[in-house]
Amino acid sequence: MPIGVIGKKLGMTQVLKENGEAVPVTVIELGPCTVIQKKTKETDQYNALQLGFTDKKEKKTNKPQMGHFKKSGISPKKVLKEIRLEASEIEKYEVGQEIKADIFEEGEHVDVTATTKGRGFAGVMKRHGFHGAPASHGTGDYKRHGGSIGSGSWPSKVFKGMKMPGRMGGKQVTVQNLKIENIRSDQNLLLVKGAVPGAVNGTVIVKKAIKKCA
Amino acid sequence: MNTIVRSLEKEGLKENIPDFVPGDSLKVHIKLKEGDRERIQVFEGDVIRIRRGDIRTTFTVRKVSYGVAVERILPLHSPLIDKIEVLRKGKVRRAKLYYMRKRMGKKARIKEKSMR
Repeated sequence: MPIGVIGKKLGMTQVLKENGEAVPVTVIELGPCTVIQKKTKETDQYNALQLGFTDKKEKKTNKPQMGHFKKSGISPKKVLKEIRLEASEIEKYEVGQEIKADIFEEGEHVDVTATTKGRGFAGVMKRHGFHGAPASHGTGDYKRHGGSIGSGSWPSKVFKGMKMPGRMGGKQVTVQNLKIENIRSDQNLLLVKGAVPGAVNGTVIVKKAIKKCA
Repeated sequence: MNTIVRSLEKEGLKENIPDFVPGDSLKVHIKLKEGDRERIQVFEGDVIRIRRGDIRTTFTVRKVSYGVAVERILPLHSPLIDKIEVLRKGKVRRAKLYYMRKRMGKKARIKEKSMR
């Protein structure tokens, strides 16, 4: 399990390459993150690093949270995320250590995890990509319906997991193998080829691509 | 748009681009790679659209060649564009000249803007 860095999605733009290719990129403000806590199997039943991202005012931090930050002697952070790691990996980090964008390199591939935009109660065409019913030839108020959801007297029930309308989005999604087009460690900026889940200003976690790690 | 993203879009803009607007006639010198040789092709036509946005800016050039209309959408700041020459300033009343697509022959002309 590779180490990850917390970031903020800033939006999308284009990069023009030397050969004239226009590459769509997502701009991510990546880190710097601070190690707030090291969780180990002995004390917490699992191994993880707790990272904090972007400072916030002490006034805006509640007392239990403040106690947690005081314990590690770090100024309060807006975003706290845990990164699961092997115990041997965790030993390499110390509380208070900064993790920055410079752990990545240009041309590498990364996995980006974020919460998708909430789409509310969505129908079956938007949510599951159903084709709906024909637009003409006598179709009434049935154009965006899903059709039959099962057979009759056998099995006499609707199978579990049947694709139906419901809440869509607002879920954590990981996009794998996005290529790093450009990285600017001095500005904490990461430009990744392609789209990243979630809205602008949303929190993202960037890790080295699990399928490209040798 | 985020200010950081905006500043990224201002990077690498070309500076010596002549002023042109939809309706103008251009000669665009486009670099082409053939194997390991590079040569320049000239595309001459009327600008029918400009979509502005710093590095994302593109413009569409239309010409009728042997009775077949050809439109090329070109990124203004692309390194493949060697040079742009403005041949003629056009007098038009719209920003997007999509109506040119329906015009043929003598009607498909754009009046020249008189410079006073």
